Amino acid sequence: MSQFALEITDLKKTYDSDVVALKGINLTVQEGDFFALLGPNGAGKSSTIGIIASLVNKTAGKVKIFDIDTDENFPEAKRLLGVVSQEINFNNFEKVIDIVTTQAGFYGIPLKTAMQKTEITLKRLGLWEKRNDQARTLSGGFKRRLMIAKALIHEPKLLILDEPTAGVDIELRREMWDFLKEINANGTTIILTTHYLEEAEQLCKNIAIIDHGELIENTSMKDLLSRLDVQGFLLDIDQSLEKPPSISNFKIFLEDSNTLNVAIKKDQSINHLFDQLSEQGITVSSMRNESNRLEEMFIEMIKKN
Amino acid sequence: MSRKKEILISLTTLIRKEIKRYLRIWVQTLVPPAVTMSLYFVIFGSLIGPRIGTMDGLDYIQFMIPGLIMMSVITNSYANVVSSFYSVKFQKSIEELQVSPMPNWAILIGFVMGGVTRGILIGCIVFCVSLFFYPTFSIVNPMLTVLVLILTSILFSLMGFINAVFADSFDDISIIPTFVLTPLIYLGGVFYSINILPDIWRNISMANPMLYVVNTFREGMLGVSDVSIPFALSMILLFIAILTSACLLLLHKGVGTRQ
Repeated sequence: MSQFALEITDLKKTYDSDVVALKGINLTVQEGDFFALLGPNGAGKSSTIGIIASLVNKTAGKVKIFDIDTDENFPEAKRLLGVVSQEINFNNFEKVIDIVTTQAGFYGIPLKTAMQKTEITLKRLGLWEKRNDQARTLSGGFKRRLMIAKALIHEPKLLILDEPTAGVDIELRREMWDFLKEINANGTTIILTTHYLEEAEQLCKNIAIIDHGELIENTSMKDLLSRLDVQGFLLDIDQSLEKPPSISNFKIFLEDSNTLNVAIKKDQSINHLFDQLSEQGITVSSMRNESNRLEEMFIEMIKKN
Repeated sequence: MSRKKEILISLTTLIRKEIKRYLRIWVQTLVPPAVTMSLYFVIFGSLIGPRIGTMDGLDYIQFMIPGLIMMSVITNSYANVVSSFYSVKFQKSIEELQVSPMPNWAILIGFVMGGVTRGILIGCIVFCVSLFFYPTFSIVNPMLTVLVLILTSILFSLMGFINAVFADSFDDISIIPTFVLTPLIYLGGVFYSINILPDIWRNISMANPMLYVVNTFREGMLGVSDVSIPFALSMILLFIAILTSACLLLLHKGVGTRQ
């Protein structure tokens, strides 16, 4: 078995409207990886996923799933693949249990086994109590869970999630993160696209950034974040200030009278900053990132491209 | 598990889903044909029929029964597939099939079987309704009757599938049934024998494919027909072969289903 869960070679897609979505992408995802595929709207993420999942016809190139060429044996490749699409793609008038059991049937799982697997999967995703509800009555978060349940019912080795937490509240999003971490730890390779860069930073080991149909970055999350030269921090202080304190080598602005905005370079010590503030009689009560670290880098890269 | 068994399970899953779909909405799918055909039997059979007299040597209501059954079978098998397949496209639940390892031919058979079972079920319902109005009705050639019933529902299910593939809106799935199918069925010998028409209209009627379907079925039920049965059966089989190939090609290319 290949060490790659996914191998994409020179993948191109031009739509009938002459829109060039992919200009020859090369990408590999290691087996067991939790991989982020990021990019702005219209960059080509969904086209890439659509081609892998056979929802979009490719113009040229090769896709291999666990070394199985999709041009040669797509049914076998599909058996190893689970896809959570960006948009809701089930019949809203069917019951939750029927939707998942039917999906299992499409993968050739006998009805009795499908029923057992459905029960296990729905319980894992907290949907068992709603099994007899029509899908249209579910909240947005539960619909997302149902999408994941459908994608997992045949126990795929590679799971692709196209913005799975879009429109989901933070509590549910964190529950989903835990769930995804768990299935990744159990051996499922996961590819995730998301607009929440905090999500990618929290979950993913490796990352690729796609823009205008080209891959502009493909590296580890750690390596990418290490390239960040300056980070902005917001410090909440107990005192009320009229002007920012002056500390050598640090750029400090007043966000408001009780909040300092500090730019800290990679080689600067935060301890030194706290010491200096303490000497000036300023007490820091809390500290947070001005914005997500990955977000800053992402915007910078997209602007450059 | 062998690939054959896996495909068989996926196919039965799809067929079960399709049957459940129209049974779940039975008030919309099964009741209307029974009501409409009852009205036809009351008005054209019991009220106007006796004034018309006989057609091809048969009581008018008796002559009409095979035509009305065929009319119901054609419209319902077509409607079932066109609405079901367009709905899965519209709701994007077609992706459930596309991401699965199901081959295209199994997907096609699954949808067609939905139309065929509904067509046959409606045919049986309308036949039962007709027995209230003509209790002494007996089928002359049951084998031919069943064969034509099945072939017709396959043929029009395939047509409905092609309509759904190209449909981009709900308007597109009603245009063909309203402006093409219905006129052809009404002018296809459901209510009359083409022998009563002037030569020119009889010749024009011979170009109507519905005439062959209705008359072959009438031959099976009553033993009378205006057309050659071997020719009609050959044409139905030929069209089934052509349409099946066209459907498989459309699915393979992803026309209307994949970008």
